[in-house]
Amino acid sequence: MDKKKEVLLEVKNLRVEFGKRKKRFVAVDDVSFHIYRGETFGLVGESGSGKTTIGRAIIRLNETAGGEIIFDGKKINGKIDKELDKEITRRIQMIFQDPMASLNERAKVEYIVSEGLYNLKNYKTDEERKDKVEKAMLDVGLLPEFLSRFPHEFSGGQRQRIGVARSIVMEPELIIADEPISALDVSIRAQVLNLMADLQRKKGLTYLFIAHDLSVVRFITDRVAVIYKGKIVELAETERLYRNPLHPYTRSLFSAIPIPDPRKERAKKLEVYDPSCHHDYDKDPPKWVEIEPEHFILANERELEEYRKMLAKNGVQAIG
Amino acid sequence: MEDKKVILSVKDLVIKFRLRGDILTAIREASLDLYEGESLAIVGESGSGKSVFTKSFMGLLDANGWIDSGSIMFEGEDLAKFKTEKEWLKIRGKKIAMVFQDPMTSLNPLKTVGKQVQEAIELHQDIKGDEAKDLTIQILQDVGIHDPERRYNQYPHEFSGGMRQRVVIAIAVACNPRILICDEPTTALDVTIQAQILELLKGLKDKYNLTTIYITHDLGVVANVADRIAVMYAGDIIEIGKCEEVFYNPQHPYTWALLSSLPQLGVKGQDLFTIKGTPPNLFYEIKGDAFAPRNPRALKIDFVKRPPYFQVSPTHKAKTWLLDPRAPKVEPPESIRILRQQWEVGNNG
Repeated sequence: MDKKKEVLLEVKNLRVEFGKRKKRFVAVDDVSFHIYRGETFGLVGESGSGKTTIGRAIIRLNETAGGEIIFDGKKINGKIDKELDKEITRRIQMIFQDPMASLNERAKVEYIVSEGLYNLKNYKTDEERKDKVEKAMLDVGLLPEFLSRFPHEFSGGQRQRIGVARSIVMEPELIIADEPISALDVSIRAQVLNLMADLQRKKGLTYLFIAHDLSVVRFITDRVAVIYKGKIVELAETERLYRNPLHPYTRSLFSAIPIPDPRKERAKKLEVYDPSCHHDYDKDPPKWVEIEPEHFILANERELEEYRKMLAKNGVQAIG
Repeated sequence: MEDKKVILSVKDLVIKFRLRGDILTAIREASLDLYEGESLAIVGESGSGKSVFTKSFMGLLDANGWIDSGSIMFEGEDLAKFKTEKEWLKIRGKKIAMVFQDPMTSLNPLKTVGKQVQEAIELHQDIKGDEAKDLTIQILQDVGIHDPERRYNQYPHEFSGGMRQRVVIAIAVACNPRILICDEPTTALDVTIQAQILELLKGLKDKYNLTTIYITHDLGVVANVADRIAVMYAGDIIEIGKCEEVFYNPQHPYTWALLSSLPQLGVKGQDLFTIKGTPPNLFYEIKGDAFAPRNPRALKIDFVKRPPYFQVSPTHKAKTWLLDPRAPKVEPPESIRILRQQWEVGNNG
């Protein structure tokens, strides 16, 4: 792998809060990571962990309470000028989870796919808009004839393709895909995953892939961050993490995923994560440490010792 | 065949629905023998008919649907002939119970959790008042709800998703049913909670002597819970066998396709296997093998004549002409061949 990877998106000490004063809830707490151009970065965690909130903070749907989000060298959170806001809207797009709920039932596909273009007016003539829309449809494997139809005329897989078409019509660089396939059937999942991979190759797209299905994440991502209650607890190159999950939460998450292979599934041991008995953070607070190259973990000194031993057992040289 | 007692026997069941003036055949002559004490998983994509099939065992078909022909034999009675609600009330909830998918919508928000469980007991068993309350608390304890006396008086909104699903399960097992149907019991839950609920269901199965049917599209869940697997496509069970037989030695091209499209069997950086086309339109009569139009390996006869079951082993059968002795030898996709090899190595070693 080449070492001159360009950072497209950088999230630094991000904090997102909901509610005020007494009812305040910290959804995302001191989260930092970066995404290289052209890679697929996975964010996994359970519902309520804050993974979707991070995605929404990046596209400016949720306000940030602290930290910085830097996209292609420019700070994009907090107050920014209109021009930049428009630019961000074009360059960062989103694909949503449920294609049944995320398409306007009353609008024709043509309007749904064009809506982003209408909003930003980044086309000169109506001809040009139509060209762009038709091209986007072909890119996702749908016929331009479908433009005059309504969403209910399509199957789940086709609807998710429409969802993809309306994001790529903007020619974005970063796509935030929030559980793009969890509402779909197994065979249709494969189609949408293939489509996303294909578009990435052709258009050099960068993905932030938010999911809870770890087998899909393993298949599609280059690097993964595991998030628990608003904090990233472990981050590594995908294969490294799957070979050597270290943090007890990561391990419990991995052990809970059902494997579609009866022998493996029945042989596995469930691990349970209980923050109160796994950590003694009162005296010795945790730090974000690179334990092996490209493998980061949230841990204190005592735990790091343990993790290093675990790595050594598996024949991996730890840092430090 | 091992000496197992058949608890429920479905034969050539046909279920139809009237939709906007047209008639749709949702279940096409499906047959199934359910053995006492087993855990059977029915897998299939949305629209394959897996939910409709099992709902018909409880008389829960929508008003526009009906059993057109065939039989469902249970305890000496043909459930397919039931006409009135009164008849169904003897079976539904009492003998055959169901755990629904979404615990957010299957509980009454205006009633305490305890009352909802107790209601099921009082309706079906001859137990009332304090005795019923004691039993309710016992069952709540059984499904893993801590401090059941206090929880008895709480409302569903005071419970988390996983705890709510435990309550739904408590209601289902409250009347000691013989068969428990779990319709996507963990789809709406987080993975760590999902694992707990599956463990709970497996434990209850032994404790309450249940025969369980799981309806799911998550093959990981199937691998965890199933003794046997039935694969449904276009309203028919096209392959059925023991869990390992179906996973490691699948015979029907649709089962091949379903397993091959799993990311676990994919190679990173390469395209995943996908099934071309869409499931058949059930408004029209289907000729031959329903999967043939989407099957690149389809034989000529697949378009003409519907295949019968061919026995693969005493416990494993599939409806595909490929198993006919006269059929040409068709190799399954590579990922399936690898599975089969692994299985054979495992069996010998």
